[in-house]
Amino acid sequence: MTSALISILITSAIFNNVIFAQFLGTCPFLGVSKSIETATGMGLAVIFVMVLANIITYYVQMLLVKFGVAYLQTLAFILVIAALVQMVEIMLKKLSPGLYKALGIYLPLITTNCAVLGIALLAIKKNYGLVESVVYSFATAAGFTLAIILFAGVREQMRFSKIPDAMDGFPIALITTGIMALAFMGFAGFKLPF
Amino acid sequence: MGLDNLKKELYRGVVTENPTFRIVLGMCPTLATTTSVQNALGMGISVIAVLTCSNIAISMLRNVIPNKVRIPAFVVVIATFVTVVDLLIAAFIPPLYEALGIFIPLIVVNCIILGRAEAYAAKNEVLPSAIDGLVMGIGFTCSLALIGSIREFLSAGTLLGYTVVPFTHKFILMTLAPGAFITLGLTLALINFLQSKEN
Repeated sequence: MTSALISILITSAIFNNVIFAQFLGTCPFLGVSKSIETATGMGLAVIFVMVLANIITYYVQMLLVKFGVAYLQTLAFILVIAALVQMVEIMLKKLSPGLYKALGIYLPLITTNCAVLGIALLAIKKNYGLVESVVYSFATAAGFTLAIILFAGVREQMRFSKIPDAMDGFPIALITTGIMALAFMGFAGFKLPF
Repeated sequence: MGLDNLKKELYRGVVTENPTFRIVLGMCPTLATTTSVQNALGMGISVIAVLTCSNIAISMLRNVIPNKVRIPAFVVVIATFVTVVDLLIAAFIPPLYEALGIFIPLIVVNCIILGRAEAYAAKNEVLPSAIDGLVMGIGFTCSLALIGSIREFLSAGTLLGYTVVPFTHKFILMTLAPGAFITLGLTLALINFLQSKEN
């Protein structure tokens, strides 16, 4: 059991990274990676919301199956996630103003993060139980955080280099991501010893 | 609306306001579903269907939906059409369903669709909204097909499954993640370059 969980943890955080291997959450990855500080904020907010979303959608899916309306999955999940983000925002504002200040502006942006819905759907598709689903979502979000912080570091350095006009902005960001994805592919043949 | 106007709209959707290359929205499906022209077209046509239908429905409902809850209402409308498309593809084109996988339900969070609902369909009559959805969808499909053909050609020397140049060594990288990022980055750079020449 534990080794299976560790395997999920490492595989989804590094070998099968959301950004570099699954193309989920590319929009915030490219949009909120101008500095390491904002990237860290976004990463933490994603970890928080993704784990919560996976716990809730696990139970929502159980309800949907119970009432025989599994085809409403997409509709139900997106509404639950949107409501969750709103609620988390309101609750954080009241309960933990410090955390709210740190995560606040990134929270509404997460509704448009396709990784949150994507990972919730994938966890159901993979038939994960509750614990596996939590580990899976945490690891994936941690992988996202790792990717966005690394990328923000590269981007901060990029400000000092002379980039051709046509390449400035999105093109150079995408090519940099491509090269980083190439580096992460080095993990592809890796086998865990258990 | 005359034919001339329609042509102008089409030019707007495909060139001047191309959702992928100009507004840079909806990156995830652009990267994930362009391993071949066939997958790219499948994704593009699904988006055209959802975008046109949701624009029509939202334009019809625009005076009924209270302003404060418009975003959740739009999302429900979009999610409904996405579910319809998802079930149709699963029933009639199982290989495409396998290839696109999770990215069909994820059309629901594609920024292009909510973006058009908010920016256009919520303010305009039904027919112009339908046309806007159609041309924006076609613009999206064209860019997916372009990236898809570059990647398919470079990786296997084929287009739509037909051999164009029989490569002896396949450029596998193009079908993988780095190939997607680099192809899209270079295409965007080329478009920026051509545009700066034009001005």
